[in-house]
Amino acid sequence: MNGKARRSLKLMIVDDSNIMRRRIERSQQFEELELVGTAGNGEDALELFRKTDPDVVTMDLTMPRMDGIECIGRLVALKPSIRILVISALADKATAVEAMEKGANGFLNKPFTDRQLNEAIAELMS
Amino acid sequence: MLYEQELKTFVEGTTNFFEVTAQQPATLGSPYLMEGSPAVHEYTGVINISGKREGVVYFTAPKAMLTVLLMKMQEHDFSHETMRDLVGEVANTISGNARRDFGRDFVISVPSVLTGDKKPEIPKKPGLRSFIIPINWRSHSAKLVVSLT
Repeated sequence: MNGKARRSLKLMIVDDSNIMRRRIERSQQFEELELVGTAGNGEDALELFRKTDPDVVTMDLTMPRMDGIECIGRLVALKPSIRILVISALADKATAVEAMEKGANGFLNKPFTDRQLNEAIAELMS
Repeated sequence: MLYEQELKTFVEGTTNFFEVTAQQPATLGSPYLMEGSPAVHEYTGVINISGKREGVVYFTAPKAMLTVLLMKMQEHDFSHETMRDLVGEVANTISGNARRDFGRDFVISVPSVLTGDKKPEIPKKPGLRSFIIPINWRSHSAKLVVSLT
């Protein structure tokens, strides 16, 4: 044992922005989350899901090839227990409602502070 | 004729990005109007708008400003792609704010990014003028351009 808390939940980060993917990875402070991969669009996220079986996902909405709304629906169909936090600049209520109806569990608007991100992830996992 | 509230939505989308992401607010310079398309900096994030209004809104910034902004974000990659990514995210935030405030009256495109001296296409309508709002942050200055019918 290396003294660190045991990592028990697998995290996948989905965002078409490299900066945002790195930012989320760097800023999240949960030792129990193990990053298993990142994807830049919904199609790649589904492929990564099949390989890594993540428990927790951060999901952008506006992405090429397959957007976040469709990807959420597909992920939830494959694994109903998956926890999905939408992280998007789309700040309108209708978008948030649509994401929740597809199966998302939380919604965080971009831009966000580290604190806001960690509070949103904490709520997601509670 | 653009309403003040509409301009405010675009401005706040831009300044909010600096305030939240870099934890240092941007300030506004004196806005001005001009015909045609103003000069751009090295990186430009663009959203196209149709519906109640038609035209473009774009944020154009010099590489030096984006570099400092990336440093404030604790980013270590200062490549061309990362710069593109960053102005795209600013445009994304502007777009998100507009969707929230204007609803379905405005049809707002997914942001695109131009680099170098490429300018966004502004609709050729008689009397159409662009609002240019200087966005100052630290020692750098970018521009928010709102060009809508």
